[in-house]
Amino acid sequence: MNELQSVLHPAGADAAIIHQFTWVLFVGATLIFIFVMGLLALGMRRAARPIRPGIWIFGAGIAFPVVVLTALLTWSTWRSAQLAPQTSHGAMSISVTGKMWWWEVRYRDPATNREIISANEIHIPVGESVYLGLTASDVIHSLWVPSLAGKRDMIPGRVTGLTLRADKPGVYRGQCAEYCGEQHARMAFHVIALPRAEFDAWLARQAGPALPADTTVLQQGRDAFLAQQCQACHTIRGVTDVAPFSQENRIADTSRLGPDLTHVGSRREIAAGTLRNHKGTLAGWIADPQAIKPGVFMPPSPDLDGESLRALATYLEHLK
Amino acid sequence: MNICQYDRRHRVLRAGAVLLCALLASACGSEKPPSRVEGGDPERGRLLTQQYQCAACHFIPEVQGTGGKAGPSLEYMGRLSYIAGGIPNQPENMIRFLQNPPAVKPGTLMPALGISEDEARHMAAFMYTLR
Repeated sequence: MNELQSVLHPAGADAAIIHQFTWVLFVGATLIFIFVMGLLALGMRRAARPIRPGIWIFGAGIAFPVVVLTALLTWSTWRSAQLAPQTSHGAMSISVTGKMWWWEVRYRDPATNREIISANEIHIPVGESVYLGLTASDVIHSLWVPSLAGKRDMIPGRVTGLTLRADKPGVYRGQCAEYCGEQHARMAFHVIALPRAEFDAWLARQAGPALPADTTVLQQGRDAFLAQQCQACHTIRGVTDVAPFSQENRIADTSRLGPDLTHVGSRREIAAGTLRNHKGTLAGWIADPQAIKPGVFMPPSPDLDGESLRALATYLEHLK
Repeated sequence: MNICQYDRRHRVLRAGAVLLCALLASACGSEKPPSRVEGGDPERGRLLTQQYQCAACHFIPEVQGTGGKAGPSLEYMGRLSYIAGGIPNQPENMIRFLQNPPAVKPGTLMPALGISEDEARHMAAFMYTLR
């Protein structure tokens, strides 16, 4: 059984409650179904004894459902009250914006209070409640990490919220759970739960600017990035936000149309869970994203020569 | 033309040709031919091909992936006479190309992925099953 993304393998308290609901409802409904089918079989016997309809109509038609459903309602209300409170009070906040078809993830740098923008991976400290502030920038999406919590819609122009808590370290896959267009199926992400110290170290690394291009090939890759005008949609902090690309020189800030690539090499996958991340897949993606994820907003680069493409892919892989 | 009109020597040749055809035909059948690459395991190669996500750029039957079009389809890789735009499709060339494509074909879009010789051997063995 694949435990990477499974409601049957809860890794947090909320998911455990949902998991319990699932089994109680499934087993309960199965027992009732078998009971009803048994009655049906008895009723179809050739030598069936006459029955008193009043007892069955009142007993099985009214009393039984009232008792069962009342018990179920009471129990599920009591269990639901134990779900984590959906509030940002006393919890670390992370903002997630659903976009066609990827996830922009923003953290707050505790040292400088500046935003750290990343994509398609939500890192959280293990054993702590994290409040995700959710919204969407185009159409309605829905964030769902089956191993950790229920679903929550992401609605343009509104902020909704979801509390996540992972009780054991690990990687949990999530995906968009609201049909949002052509590539809805390739809109996945990972929640990576790390021990607090590792999380802090990770966040500190993400807060820094991109690693310098310190070899000829890396410089060639960075130059190809700029020559191809990738900065029209993508940001690399330390490269695209300094002169001559600083904010003032931009006609419009379109730099967030595509994922922030400052630390793209540190991510597990690219194109929102579509491909594993290494320079081969990066090169393939840059050369022709439309073949891999048709309809995606990134255009292909048919004019890019082999050497530049390989250098660019090497550079992006280097941006750990 | 009718080979039967020729003399005995030609008849022997014809028998040889028929035998060769039969051999070739059997190789094209459902029976899996032995790997063309010494020490290469096609099944391991298939898994490696999947793991390296070669399908990001290539269409490859039997390999999960996105069926990218940035690189050529590998559907008939085992049948091709030349690979990488002009070198003979021989196991040693294939292994060399998989390990370091730009060294074999300068200007190629395909990057060197750090594939070891052993891995390349298995992957080459898999490539020759694509016919």
